[in-house]
Amino acid sequence: MLSIKNIHARVEDKEILRGINLEIKAGEVHAIMGPNGSGKSTLSSVLAGREEYEVTEGSVAFLGKDLLDLAPEDRAREGLFLAFQYPVEIPGVSTTNFVKAAVNEKRKYNGEEPLDAVSFLKLMKEKMAMVEIDQSLLSRSINEGFSGGEKKRNEVFQMAMLEPKLAILDETDSGLDIDALRIVANGINELRRPDRAFLVITHYQRLLDYIQPDFVHVLYKGRIVKSGTKELALELEEKGYDFITEQIDLAALSGLQ
Amino acid sequence: MKENQDTLDLTTPSEYKYGFVTDIDTDAIPKGLSEDVIRLISSKKNEPEWMLEWRLKAYQYWLKLEEPEWANLHYPKINYQDIIYYAAPKPKKQLNSLDEVDPELLSTFEKLGISLSEQKRLTGVAVDVVMDSVSVATSFKEQLSEIGVIFCSISEAIQLHPELVKKYMGSVVPMTDNYFSALNSAVFTDGSFCYIPKGVRCPMELSTYFRINTENTGQFERTLIIAEDESYVSYLEGCTAPMRDENQLHAAVVELVAMEKSEIKYSTVQNWYPGDKEGKGGIYNFVTKRGICKGNHSKISWTQVETGSAITWKYPSVILKGDHSIGEFYSVAFTNNYQQADTGTKMIHLGKNTRSRIVAKGISAGHSQNSYRGLVRASKQAVNARNYSQCDSLLLGDKCGAHTFPYIEVKNKTAIIEHEATTSKIGEDQLFYCRQRGIDPEAAVALIVNGFAKEVMNQLPMEFAIEAQKLLAISMEGSVG
Amino acid sequence: MDLTNFKEEWKYTNISSVLEKAYVTAPSEVSAEDLNAFRMPGHHKANELVFVNGRYAPALSQVLSSENELVILPLKEAMNGFFRDLVSSHLNKSADYIKDGVHALNGEYMQEGMFIYVPKGLKPQHPIYMYHVLDGRQAPVMAQPRNLIYADERSRLQLTETYATLGTSDSFCNEVLEIIVAQDAYVEYYKLQNDVAHASQVNTTHISQIGRSYVHTVVISLGGGIVRNNMNLVLDAANNEAHMYGLYLLKGKTHVDNHTLIDNKQPGCFSNQLYKGIADDSSTGVFNGRIMVQPDAQKTNAYQSNKNILLSDNATINAKPQLEIFADDVKCSHGCTVGQLDEEALFYLRARGIPREKAEVLLLQAYAADIVAQIKPMTVRAYVERLILEHLSVG
Repeated sequence: MLSIKNIHARVEDKEILRGINLEIKAGEVHAIMGPNGSGKSTLSSVLAGREEYEVTEGSVAFLGKDLLDLAPEDRAREGLFLAFQYPVEIPGVSTTNFVKAAVNEKRKYNGEEPLDAVSFLKLMKEKMAMVEIDQSLLSRSINEGFSGGEKKRNEVFQMAMLEPKLAILDETDSGLDIDALRIVANGINELRRPDRAFLVITHYQRLLDYIQPDFVHVLYKGRIVKSGTKELALELEEKGYDFITEQIDLAALSGLQ
Repeated sequence: MKENQDTLDLTTPSEYKYGFVTDIDTDAIPKGLSEDVIRLISSKKNEPEWMLEWRLKAYQYWLKLEEPEWANLHYPKINYQDIIYYAAPKPKKQLNSLDEVDPELLSTFEKLGISLSEQKRLTGVAVDVVMDSVSVATSFKEQLSEIGVIFCSISEAIQLHPELVKKYMGSVVPMTDNYFSALNSAVFTDGSFCYIPKGVRCPMELSTYFRINTENTGQFERTLIIAEDESYVSYLEGCTAPMRDENQLHAAVVELVAMEKSEIKYSTVQNWYPGDKEGKGGIYNFVTKRGICKGNHSKISWTQVETGSAITWKYPSVILKGDHSIGEFYSVAFTNNYQQADTGTKMIHLGKNTRSRIVAKGISAGHSQNSYRGLVRASKQAVNARNYSQCDSLLLGDKCGAHTFPYIEVKNKTAIIEHEATTSKIGEDQLFYCRQRGIDPEAAVALIVNGFAKEVMNQLPMEFAIEAQKLLAISMEGSVG
Repeated sequence: MDLTNFKEEWKYTNISSVLEKAYVTAPSEVSAEDLNAFRMPGHHKANELVFVNGRYAPALSQVLSSENELVILPLKEAMNGFFRDLVSSHLNKSADYIKDGVHALNGEYMQEGMFIYVPKGLKPQHPIYMYHVLDGRQAPVMAQPRNLIYADERSRLQLTETYATLGTSDSFCNEVLEIIVAQDAYVEYYKLQNDVAHASQVNTTHISQIGRSYVHTVVISLGGGIVRNNMNLVLDAANNEAHMYGLYLLKGKTHVDNHTLIDNKQPGCFSNQLYKGIADDSSTGVFNGRIMVQPDAQKTNAYQSNKNILLSDNATINAKPQLEIFADDVKCSHGCTVGQLDEEALFYLRARGIPREKAEVLLLQAYAADIVAQIKPMTVRAYVERLILEHLSVG
């Protein structure tokens, strides 16, 4: 589904991603972990198409298309969804209105008729229950005055509405208390399908207690330095990132000598 | 961002869809302004002597004045002798019912989305339509008169209700108020008149639709609304004009009088022809709108959505004379291409415990210049006056300007006045968020701008709000993001 | 000629009564004893420049810094000597911004002005105190001080200006001070106005930041007749930073009009402005704060706030903040309020046994405190605190 080959990317003059390779197949859940500043959020931004990030080398194929060649909105319409680490506020635009615009843009792209009000509301009700989100929240300006948990639940709700093929969750667990984390994780688990893949970016292991990953990768200094299964995450939890990063740094040093 | 701008640059601006001309026989007088022209207008309208005298007095006063230059507007000098001051669709005979209105005219207004046929109307909105210099039709007149509401053209009011017109016309905006009000007082040709008697809550929205059709014509309408004690009225105003290369002048005067415990809600969707992409043509819109909260506990609320006109000079104001009276001003002003707008309000606090609220949202695109100018004055007697003003500007593109000129004058130590203003562009983060959800940049800009204007749009009656939202989206097409 | 042409700029201040008077402008004899009454604390360690009726008085002045640290020359000399190019390219740029007759009138006295130069990389050991003394002991007096200061690259300047009228006749001081701030220079400017009720002023301070630099200004206005302050800051280099503060505590019939301009001409500049005022008795406070952002000045951040308290029904506050923005990638805001002292706080203090008048003084002091705190030199700040307390406590 997603094939990342030797991606290098920089923002302004700073190279952040330095050769990432990753294959994700339909139905799989991959977790990307790593210390602060390792390039985790840069990877999600590059995949979603943020323009401040310049890809200097490498390629990304998504469902057979050259992802990097697509505008951000077309990536979304092709089925790539990013749950933002910091969802922005748009004053005066209700979530309902916003999601309706998004759903219908996607339908138009796929040559489908826009949803009529009744079917849209029906769909919304269904998905609202899934992520335990309240109607009153959806009537408010998107993310404006939302708590951290409400913002993240809103992201998962939008994901449910848009039914993506690949969902990237960028530190969706950050800033959540344990109850909010459970609700968000449940929502995500409900959305697991054989034809849908997840890329879960996280600093901590705790989200992975709720969302069982098939693969875990450790990102450090812009490269994937270690891959494994969920046991790797547990090991990281126990020993900290240092046990891997020190090895890498030492190896780099000895390489120099 | 670069890519977004390109995408937006490539979009073709949609045409102003109200730009057609109706081919209808018009009775127009020659260009130019003089005492004779004023006499001619007055006689064509079969006016009483007092009205003619009033006009001539205004004209004499106007001759002594100079055109104001303090606004942040730049335009070539207007040649007042090059304007036709009276043009009316022919024939203007006494109409007994709307069925007798010229079918060509009816279809013009159908095209503008205004149905004059009462049977066809589902929503309860009474409409007065003014084409060029005269009112051509008013609907729901009889139903309204049953409850004592007078809703007719001002010409008719001069004939049928001279005592009301004499008493109130010029009482809020004196003919000597300013250059354009003096000009209007001399040459006004028609407009709407509403009178809501004591204790009546007007059961339907009253609305006037203004249309300039004839070339080289100036439109000078005059609207007067009087709400007696404990009455309520909501009044809507819309306007369009054909696309022409020459600038046309529109100089209106609107006066509102709110008596004790009454409320007047006045909404405008201003969509005069704004000129083309290069700034050629368009309406010069110089309007004096003012209301007085004369009685205690009265309320006047102005809501305006300004998207049209090449030049807009307009400050709907409230004089808060009655104790506990309330003034409100909600405004969205959108300028694109080479449009210039200098608009805002005046809240003059005179009575005790008066309150006012100003929410102004300016959106500039293209090469346009958009200024908010507003005065809040708390006089010495205005004990416990309260004002809150919020003025926000949004810039779409780097060739336009957004300006804020509030004036705050306080002479009472118990007054509390607060003003806040911000200026920014659309956040790139907001734009990216929308795009990540599959919304293209242009639609994203429209979504964000509509959100920005929401607080004001919410003040409009439902039907109008939808119209205004569409209008905003159309005006915005082709603007840089 | 109507000296206050440009009506919109003089909307809230009528100085015709001041301009109509007949004044003497001649030099006069002022003794060191006369001056002592106005000397600011810390003067032993300051470069004191004294101007009598607008003219530099070397005999009363004291320059502690060496000539390598601080150059002080008559403008006339500077214009013809070593600093010729520097002076000619910067003098009277204020006239590009202020086109009224009052400013032009000062221009006629330009020959009498002084030029002050802080050399590259230098921080003069001693701050500068400038005193403007107007001698009204014989007849009404007018002064037209005109000075140019150039703070060269990486230099540091700390300047405090103050005003005093002698005698009982009216005085009118029409000052123009221009300060040029070069790359990486750091300038602190303080203006203290605590003159008598028959002393009026039109006071123009025009600061141009021609290289990336830092400017910090505080204007304290406590007294005077009709006082008009034009404070212009031209941010004429990328990434400039400016902070502008003002406090006006007005009583009697004092009229103070603070007219400020921040002109953002280059990208990436930051400015923050806070002016606070209190108007009591029959006084009038005017704030006209204009922020301009020119088309090239992308990424400008400009913030302005003006807060006022009215203490009397005969006092007036007029405020006119203005944003004029021609670039899109900017963050600009202004806020303006007019209100009263917090009744709740007042009650709280009284409930603790503090009499109303004392409680008011306390609250007003607290209100003024965040501006006073912007005065960085401790000696000047303590002096201003004392002046404010005296000012608030009297009648």
